[in-house]
Amino acid sequence: MSFISLLWVLLLGSLLGLELIGKVPPTLHTPLMSGANAISGITMLAALTLIVKAGENLPLLIIGSVSLGFALFNVVGGFFVTDRMLAMFSRKPSNKK
Amino acid sequence: MNLPVIIKFVIDLLAVLLLALGIKGLSKVKSARDANRLAAFAMSLSVVGLLSYYLGTSGIPIQSWIWIIIGSIVGSLFGAILAKKVPMTSMPETVALFNGCGGMSSLLVALGVAIFPISNSLENLDFFKSLINEVSISVSIFVGAITFTGSIVAMAKLQGWLSTPGWTQSKVRHFVNIVFGVASLIAFFDLINGNSSSIWLLVIVSSLLGIGVTLPIGGADMPVVISLLNSYSGIAAAAAGFVVDSQLLIVAGAMVGAAGLILTQVMCKGMNRSLVSVLFGGSLSAQNKASSGSGEYTNITSCSVEECALTLEAANKVIIVPGYGLAVAQAQHTLREVTKKLEQNGIEVVYAIHPVAGRMPGHMNVLLAEADVPYEQLKEMDVVNPDFPATDVVLVLGANDVVNPQAKNDSSSPLYGMPVLDVQEARTVFVIKRGMSAGYSGIKNDLFDLPNTSMVFGDAKKVLNDLIGELKDLGVGEK
Repeated sequence: MSFISLLWVLLLGSLLGLELIGKVPPTLHTPLMSGANAISGITMLAALTLIVKAGENLPLLIIGSVSLGFALFNVVGGFFVTDRMLAMFSRKPSNKK
Repeated sequence: MNLPVIIKFVIDLLAVLLLALGIKGLSKVKSARDANRLAAFAMSLSVVGLLSYYLGTSGIPIQSWIWIIIGSIVGSLFGAILAKKVPMTSMPETVALFNGCGGMSSLLVALGVAIFPISNSLENLDFFKSLINEVSISVSIFVGAITFTGSIVAMAKLQGWLSTPGWTQSKVRHFVNIVFGVASLIAFFDLINGNSSSIWLLVIVSSLLGIGVTLPIGGADMPVVISLLNSYSGIAAAAAGFVVDSQLLIVAGAMVGAAGLILTQVMCKGMNRSLVSVLFGGSLSAQNKASSGSGEYTNITSCSVEECALTLEAANKVIIVPGYGLAVAQAQHTLREVTKKLEQNGIEVVYAIHPVAGRMPGHMNVLLAEADVPYEQLKEMDVVNPDFPATDVVLVLGANDVVNPQAKNDSSSPLYGMPVLDVQEARTVFVIKRGMSAGYSGIKNDLFDLPNTSMVFGDAKKVLNDLIGELKDLGVGEK
């Protein structure tokens, strides 16, 4: 990929992000923040790349592994906690008359 | 193009599409839960895509597998445990912690690539390409470090582990932060010039900058900062995408970065604060204590829990205004007990949710949903405001600034212009509050002086428990 086309990707990705969150009810601000936060853990792909390309370089393998750990902590924790919050909204009111 | 490249291309494209649909779906109540799972699926898909690409091309050496497995298991395990265990009231600091770790991950990737240039990538690059590489490494380190330390400080402050040091409220902090900022710029250019040892300077000063910027910010503004830092972690991910040449990373990072900015803006609007004043204004209460915050109350009526119960029993329509204090006292379940009793007596109960009620926009909805409050009873400010004149009793629980009529009537007030709930229009208003201390803005609340307002002093949870007892004595909810 040339640098210029990567810049295009960056630009279009940003515009997409701006468009996606037009109208959000305040109810969903917290779950949305937490869900988006989980997605930012996508750096796990960078960490994976680092580990795969590290070859025999032990320090680099360790750095990559720690980085992967941090990223997955972000991703797994983020999605779980978002699901926990959203589960409460979808729960049917138990005592409706 | 050979097969692995094509497969990866298709998977990446699909993952981006699903992530975008996920973010989109997260902004609607009905689809939110499925959307979250969709996004999680897209993330796993992207991992499969990446691994299958390497398996199909260069292969993945055994030692890489070992370190991948170690990192994944440890990270996922801790993440899952924390996500299951953490109480709903500490959601903001949890999001901050997760977010900080995302920033740390980007920082480490860039650091790793910088210290140990991956064979046959950095050495034979032409000048332009290596410049881009240096720049994206620096940006990734800079933003990643700020995200990490800033998020950790935000979490520590929300948890009460860190207080706001006095010097951070003086002008000194601007000077200190400017020094850190300039130092990171110097390190940045030094790094690009080829002096690779200045990478450590960059790590250190950008970490300090993250601390220096977050530390002066007051607890109530913290959610805005967390949202902003969330946006930063997206930017850090995008920068890491430039470092390892991954379009998927750039798209996803950019989406989160942009979406986070919008969300931050929405939150600021709800609090009537500009992003600039949140970031550079210091703690709001500290400013106002000195200036306009010292008005005296002249006409406070306080009343007992018993009177409150009597009035509630006679009411037809009751609106509850929950706030930060309710979350702190963890009284949402007790509140639900009270409203259940009232409902059984045929009294209409509605919860009025100010956009920034709780510790984070939407946080109050989560807390009340946890306490089994039916979703339909939660009314947003614009919907509920016209209802106040026809309301018999309003119960204000741990909310303060969001029910201050000054925001409408007094153009000299710092709150002026902030959207508020018009509780004073109701027949009777009960404010349950621990004492006469001001809200987070440090501004006197004119509501408390009004003749139709009565104060019930005490801890929210205790008062509500007493209220349940009184209502029981009156026979409310036993028909």
